[in-house]
Amino acid sequence: MSFFAAQNIIKNYANHRALDDVSIDIPEGAIYGLLGPNGAGKTSLIRIITQITGPDSGKLFFKGVPLIPSDMNRIGYLPEERGLYKKMKVGEQAVYLARLKGINKNDAIKRLKTWFEKFEIEAWWDKKVEELSKGMAQKVQFITTVLHEPEMLIFDEPFSGFDPINVELLKKEILDLRQKGTTIIFSTHNMASVEEICSHIALINKSRKIIEGPINEIREKYANDTYQLSFRYAPDFKPEQFTGEEFEILSQKTEGNRQDIILQRIKPCNTNTLLSRFLPHIDILSYQKVIPGMNDIFIKLVKNQ
Amino acid sequence: MNKTFIIISREFSTRVRKKSFLVVTIFVPILFILFYAFLMWLMLKDDTQERKIAVVNASTLERPLETINNTKFEYTTQPITEENAADFLKNKDYYAVMWIPANVMDSAEIPIYSFSQVTMELKNTISSQLRKKIENIKKSAVIAASQIPDLEEKLDATRTPVIVRTLMITETGQAKESSSEIASIIGVAAGFIIYFFIFIYAAQVMKGVIEEKTNRIIEVLVSSVKPFQFLLGKIIGVASVGLVQFLIWIVLIGGSVMALQAAFLPDIDLEALRNSTNLAAMAQTQELGAEELAVIQSIVKTIEPKFILTFLGAFLFYFIGGYLLYASLFAAIGAAVDNETDSQQFMTPLSIILAIGVYIGFTAMKSPESPLVFWSSLIPFTSPTVMLVRIPFGVPAWQIITSMALLIGAFIFFTWLSGKIYRTGILMYGKKVTWKELYKWLKY
Repeated sequence: MSFFAAQNIIKNYANHRALDDVSIDIPEGAIYGLLGPNGAGKTSLIRIITQITGPDSGKLFFKGVPLIPSDMNRIGYLPEERGLYKKMKVGEQAVYLARLKGINKNDAIKRLKTWFEKFEIEAWWDKKVEELSKGMAQKVQFITTVLHEPEMLIFDEPFSGFDPINVELLKKEILDLRQKGTTIIFSTHNMASVEEICSHIALINKSRKIIEGPINEIREKYANDTYQLSFRYAPDFKPEQFTGEEFEILSQKTEGNRQDIILQRIKPCNTNTLLSRFLPHIDILSYQKVIPGMNDIFIKLVKNQ
Repeated sequence: MNKTFIIISREFSTRVRKKSFLVVTIFVPILFILFYAFLMWLMLKDDTQERKIAVVNASTLERPLETINNTKFEYTTQPITEENAADFLKNKDYYAVMWIPANVMDSAEIPIYSFSQVTMELKNTISSQLRKKIENIKKSAVIAASQIPDLEEKLDATRTPVIVRTLMITETGQAKESSSEIASIIGVAAGFIIYFFIFIYAAQVMKGVIEEKTNRIIEVLVSSVKPFQFLLGKIIGVASVGLVQFLIWIVLIGGSVMALQAAFLPDIDLEALRNSTNLAAMAQTQELGAEELAVIQSIVKTIEPKFILTFLGAFLFYFIGGYLLYASLFAAIGAAVDNETDSQQFMTPLSIILAIGVYIGFTAMKSPESPLVFWSSLIPFTSPTVMLVRIPFGVPAWQIITSMALLIGAFIFFTWLSGKIYRTGILMYGKKVTWKELYKWLKY
């Protein structure tokens, strides 16, 4: 079921079109990666989803119902450029931001105490934000983003500015939130983290959506029917004698007593046929389809456009 | 609406708790009271110093000066010249030495030498006493020569006192005594207060907007509330800080002034004074002279309860209306720029308009009916500082209503306009904004 949908969004600024007929469809419970190079229109799209700005045309649906202003309370947003009031105390500020999301004061304090304990930052409650380090302030900001238990969370480059330990902590929290049923939109350049946590992605480039779907399907789609075969190195064995006319060797390398070859299938043929040709001669260690990384797909798609 | 209230209360509480707010709120009344007390002290302080002045009398007048308050005049025959005056004053215990020259009857200069500056009051009293003496001598000579019986009495009878009483006719035809000078001074003062209030607090709104923009917290905020709603909450929050500060000032200053007056000024039955027609009779029961009572009477007659209510009502209206109009424009400027230094180019025109308003307010004191004053009391950008000066002179109701309606209309229109600039500006970084750019934003 579609949890959040944007249909045919067009957004123009004075001199250029930031979004050109962009539609996205976010399934319930997904971690939806919004990818794209700088200036592609990701932030514009996020600002439209969060109702910070309105689209020039196009429709937005939250759980099948047209998006309305009060839906702001059901969405949590962590912008790429973080910021808090520097002179305000941490606790007081967090309560203020929670109240703006429609939580009453007592609930906000109660929930904040729990989160502060979880992140082991209780001591910061009465500190001013300007006394905190950048990483500390980021933690506070993360808490204020999720405190009102939104049904949908939007993180714009959430890991930037965190050290590796805190990145792990944050990842764990994000996956926990998903476990609890929160749908998450996740905008980033970090393809490793995309592969690690996203279930769906959309790629936006030059104001247009290029591709959208479950991450596994997309990677599968861009797999070029290539396979990697690893076997114990045998000096006399010549693999090219056994590929037949259905397969072609793209590359091979030897490392110690292990040899890897990459095969490209060029004619329809059962994988087992290939393996049965090799089997009598060598000791096979592994055989797998080569799935391209998101990084490769990203670069390929952006460059081709 | 609930969210607007949360915003208002944050804007209010963070500002009120600042040290600078506390300092300004307490020190302004203290400074004011100190200044006021100093003035009272200057006015009421008795010149208690005992002085002796040596007089070298070369004229035919016989001991023309005896004592003036605490100053005694002693006549000497010692030959004192300008050269040895300093030695004379040093050796003897005299405050000053003066010559009355032989030709004093024919308008002569009277030199008076002293180590310290001779007070203005003493100087004036000496000259007026001498003038009176000389006048009397000359007058008796003329009377004696004319041989007209009772000439002196007849001449005295020609002296007729003329007092100009300013009366204002209300629309219902009643005449009311008032002092337009005093009322318009109050009007100019009120205009000044409004000017400062607009400047200080509208600039605070602008600073707040710039802070949120450079902090980048604004993006989080506007994902929770609509930008316009947020802006409104901010403007109202800052205004309530200003109003609270102003009320504290009124209470502190008003209370202290009343206490000071009770301590220094003799009791005057103001109600009796307002209705009194015979000040001379009243003066006899008071420590004050009839002249001083007349001044107080005109103040009391001007500042009667009905006037106070009308004026206060108008003051509050223009105070708040003017602030709201300028605050929304200042907020738009704050949203358009990246830091305070960039805000100058947009602030200058507004500052000039506001300053012109104050200046026209001054001219309204002298010519409340001039076309310039009339128009600027209707135009929303200047009316807050000009109309209050006009009100004491009497303004037709339709003009006040038009002026107020225009101010409300302008506030709504410019807040709407500013809201558009604000909405776009707060999310726009690193752009040097020009007037042309702002115009484009209006169309987004």
